[in-house]
Amino acid sequence: MTTTTGMKYVDEFRDPVLISAVAQEIARTVDPARHYRIMEVCGGHTHSIYRHGLRDVLPANVELVHGPGCPVCVLPTGRVDDGLAIAAQPGTMLTCFGDMMRVPGTKGTPLELKARGADIRMVYSPLDALKLARDNPRTQVCFFAIGFETTAPSTALTLLEARELGLRNFSVFSNHVTIVPAIRAILDSPDMRLDGFVGPGHVAAITGCRPYEFVARHYGKPVVVAGFEPLDLLEAILMVLRQIRAGEAKVENQYRRIVPWEGNPAALRALALVFELRPYFEWRGLGFISQSALKLKDAFAAWDSEVRFAVPGVRVTDPRAAQCGEVLKGVLKPPQCKLFGKECDPEHPVGALMVSSEGACAAYYRYARTAEVAHA
Amino acid sequence: MTTAAAARPRLRFSDSQIEMAHGAGGKASRRLVEGLIAPAFANPVLAALSDAAVFPLGGARVATTADGYVVRPLRFPGGSIGDLAVNGTVNDLAVSGARAVALMASFILEAGLPADELRAEVEAMAAAARRAGVPIVGGDTKVVEHGRCDGMYVTTFGVGLVDERLALDPRAVRAGDAVLVSGPIGDHGITILLARGELELEADLRSDTRSVWPFVESLIAACASGLRWMRDPTRGGVATALNELARECELGIVLREADVPLRREVRGACEVLGLDPLHIANEGQLLAVVAPADAERALAALQAVPGGEGARLIGEVRAEHAGTVVGITPYGGTRAIDMLVGDPLPRIC
Amino acid sequence: MCLAIPGQVVELNAEQPLLVKVDVGGVRRNVNVGLLEDGEVGIGDWILIHVGFALSKIGAAEAQDQLRMLRAMGEDELAMEEVRGYTFATDGGERP
Repeated sequence: MTTTTGMKYVDEFRDPVLISAVAQEIARTVDPARHYRIMEVCGGHTHSIYRHGLRDVLPANVELVHGPGCPVCVLPTGRVDDGLAIAAQPGTMLTCFGDMMRVPGTKGTPLELKARGADIRMVYSPLDALKLARDNPRTQVCFFAIGFETTAPSTALTLLEARELGLRNFSVFSNHVTIVPAIRAILDSPDMRLDGFVGPGHVAAITGCRPYEFVARHYGKPVVVAGFEPLDLLEAILMVLRQIRAGEAKVENQYRRIVPWEGNPAALRALALVFELRPYFEWRGLGFISQSALKLKDAFAAWDSEVRFAVPGVRVTDPRAAQCGEVLKGVLKPPQCKLFGKECDPEHPVGALMVSSEGACAAYYRYARTAEVAHA
Repeated sequence: MTTAAAARPRLRFSDSQIEMAHGAGGKASRRLVEGLIAPAFANPVLAALSDAAVFPLGGARVATTADGYVVRPLRFPGGSIGDLAVNGTVNDLAVSGARAVALMASFILEAGLPADELRAEVEAMAAAARRAGVPIVGGDTKVVEHGRCDGMYVTTFGVGLVDERLALDPRAVRAGDAVLVSGPIGDHGITILLARGELELEADLRSDTRSVWPFVESLIAACASGLRWMRDPTRGGVATALNELARECELGIVLREADVPLRREVRGACEVLGLDPLHIANEGQLLAVVAPADAERALAALQAVPGGEGARLIGEVRAEHAGTVVGITPYGGTRAIDMLVGDPLPRIC
Repeated sequence: MCLAIPGQVVELNAEQPLLVKVDVGGVRRNVNVGLLEDGEVGIGDWILIHVGFALSKIGAAEAQDQLRMLRAMGEDELAMEEVRGYTFATDGGERP
């Protein structure tokens, strides 16, 4: 879009000339006789790929497989119901990110329950939820926390501040999950055949690059930690392809302007202070995974929604026809799910992959239906 | 009048309750109108479902339209509910090719509304009507108990005569036709979002609310015979308006993303919040589709109007991918640009 | 979970040193810098913002390095096309 002045650190990485140059280099790097399957783990990458039409500039034999790094998509319906059960209690306000507002629980989405009178408010930051608690001292404010390691440190700092303020009407319902177990589940899945990974750039800004070394060392696959602009993604894909061509498997950092190899020590410290790993946690489509999710430590029990409120904690299975799990693992492409575009579309989503702006199904439905236009 | 709407498969409305999405101007709104309301009132004039109802009367074509305004907050940078109420209705007539001849206004007021606030809105409406050159000739007022409406709701009704040089019709759109916009998009919707104060964002942004009749007048003078279709992209944004056109004319529309005019601050807000400017409401812009031979002339005509310097050619109509809108990046990437689903919600993912 | 955007620090806050005002394309918001290790953020610095927090400072040198390398890739591409053209010319064929 033409603007009066550009956005620094964004526009340079959307430069069409550079994008074409990298695309051409990719075309020169691939072996035309070979089919490459590269997984982008992070849902933000999935969104970016579709938003910028990157599949049109990649050669036909480079296939991008969408991974499970979408924290809304992997949240099981039962946990959504738990959050909404909190909202239904009198004198309570549920706060959550915009991404959550249209996710279906068993009795409706947060937006629908809000329409029926529940006090559910959208916030941009957990600090906004904290402010709502301070401004409404007689209301119990619950923050429905979602996200991977990118977001969990922000929740951690918010809890530290809540404790400092001695707030008695603020708590967090933690649904934070960690990325490594999801990657491992993909790699261990028998249906999976992948040649390499585009690693999660903003998660890595917190965790650093080391946690992904196991992918290279134990599974022999290249991992390139990538940024989110078109040039970042294309450069990372090129780096993966070059490793494959050279028969290498190691972790590389494409997103060097943001990601430090050792991660963010202050953020990691905050996480360690506030959170601990749950023994196991259920992921939509991936089943129960041990040590994959964060719960508040006992020292923060006073700000833990799961301690303060009674929640149903009921497991809700997806409708049998919905194939969210296979799509999350990249085994199926969204249109291959029997419900895609029929019973399940962005207006009437059956699963969260169709609702979340970075879910593979939503991205596909919204952005990818007319790929043939580019060359018209 | 077009028969396209009659030929379209009818949407079904089977929702169990009304949601905010039904008022957002996107798919849910269409379902509500096309599935519930229009069938109940069924008649040929209504069937076209265009911005204004056009029917023949005494040898002329009369255009008439109604619009309700429920914006919150009532006042915001660049305008207020009063400005929207006048300009919005004037604009619905304008994009139907009609100069507004008279307006009427219905007020629903909340008991407890400070008289000064009402006075400010009435004066805003008077000023907007003067600027647009249209008299407000009558209306109605009702008062409801405190808590039953947000301060005030205003509905305006307008009537005008369609310029006889025009034959606007989605069915007249052809492959190769050019798509133009009168100026930068997204100003109004982002201004309102920021004015609500819940997201703690500040920016030097104002609503773009204004009458677009001067643009229409300029286009008529420059290329009336090549002017196929116009729309003011309000709720649902440019994406929704163009999707509706693509559906009605059964052709495809291609937008060149790099050519869509956008203010820096609107872009910044959309990047922070994860919103698409193409889905954001505008209250003072015009989309026009013209024959290819008239494209440059139409652009010059828009840019010649004071306030039209930002007008741009942004895309064209194609035979391929009929019924959908596609965005193209400068490096050949494509994405389908869908109609708005629900209200645009900021995201963090 | 990854919508994070670069912004420039335009104002510091004497009373609340962990809160700075950041500008993203003309839009301004308060951002908490408690996750930045040295906490030393100056006016004019560029930081990456996510849900109201700064996750990282943006490395100008690294950004420049990356762009320089990619530009060189583009130039190499042009240079290679020139060479190919020259080869055809010496073969007696048409220069593309």
